[in-house]
Amino acid sequence: MLRLKSVEELKKLREEAQRDMTVRAKTGTRIVIGMGTCGIAAGARETMHAILAELERLDIEAHVETVGCIGMCDKEPLVDIEQAGMPRVSYAGVTTDRVPHLLEEHLVKGSLVQEWAVGWLDSQPA
Amino acid sequence: MRELSLHLLDLMENAVEAGATRLDVTIEESQSADSLTLEVRDNGRGMPPELARSAMDPFVTTRKTRHLGMGLALTNQAALRCDGRLELTSQVGQGTAVRATFRHGHIDRAPLGDVVGALLAILLSQRPVDLVYRHRVEDRCFALDTREVRQLLGPVPLTHPLAREWLVATLREGETELRLGMDDPSGSSTTHRDPLPKGAVSAPHGARAEVITPC
Repeated sequence: MLRLKSVEELKKLREEAQRDMTVRAKTGTRIVIGMGTCGIAAGARETMHAILAELERLDIEAHVETVGCIGMCDKEPLVDIEQAGMPRVSYAGVTTDRVPHLLEEHLVKGSLVQEWAVGWLDSQPA
Repeated sequence: MRELSLHLLDLMENAVEAGATRLDVTIEESQSADSLTLEVRDNGRGMPPELARSAMDPFVTTRKTRHLGMGLALTNQAALRCDGRLELTSQVGQGTAVRATFRHGHIDRAPLGDVVGALLAILLSQRPVDLVYRHRVEDRCFALDTREVRQLLGPVPLTHPLAREWLVATLREGETELRLGMDDPSGSSTTHRDPLPKGAVSAPHGARAEVITPC
């Protein structure tokens, strides 16, 4: 289904991506967004767009992933941020307007946004 | 939900939760036939007949964290409101197929909305799934099969920032090309407008346009 130019693009992309994958696994940032019915209804898809746009603006490369509902439906949109060697922090009520402040504080300044955090998990040993 | 694409995302999320590894997702729009159809077929664990029968009941769910399951109930309601229906067929161990139909021109039909965002949310799922996507608008079609993309990417996951950017660009381009030259580029009735990104409609026939195939 994919025609020639797309194939070429993807081959090039693979080479480029593979080069930095080892580095990324050790130092990488992972952002996980709840995308169950509750998350979707609370605007999680828009939150995802806002996070992607903000990452681009801040020039931060991060893996962004989605998961189903974890049961705190009234706290959606829920967003977890995990950086290598740091605890995984869950933030509640991450609507689009909160995304710039959240990423600026957590990813750029490296400080927890206490008032939105609902919990954290210690980082898994590598 | 404000957009049909949010229902679509919800149906796809159900499939992922059901342990599916492959999703066949089809959108068919036809103003001439006055119909709009969303279909999600998965190879997940499927449902026994009694559960399949009650799946549209908002007080039925397989989840243990709470006792409500709103997704299918909401989509069913949205379809019924637009002279359409929701059909669900499921077989244990084989998978589930959900098909929601809407009357295209019905005043209550929500716009399709941000399909690219909905697809992206599933492609970025923590549980990797293959997506075989087809979007037909009258006699035009845009298709994307992530099995081909994965094969070319090898060990690079779709969640990799570079892969993600490629997916967004490819989907945007494909969806835009579908509507080029149409009177109603949003595919909605005159009362609705889809929030297509500005400038997207005039996107040049770039490298990714080749993914559009007659299908």
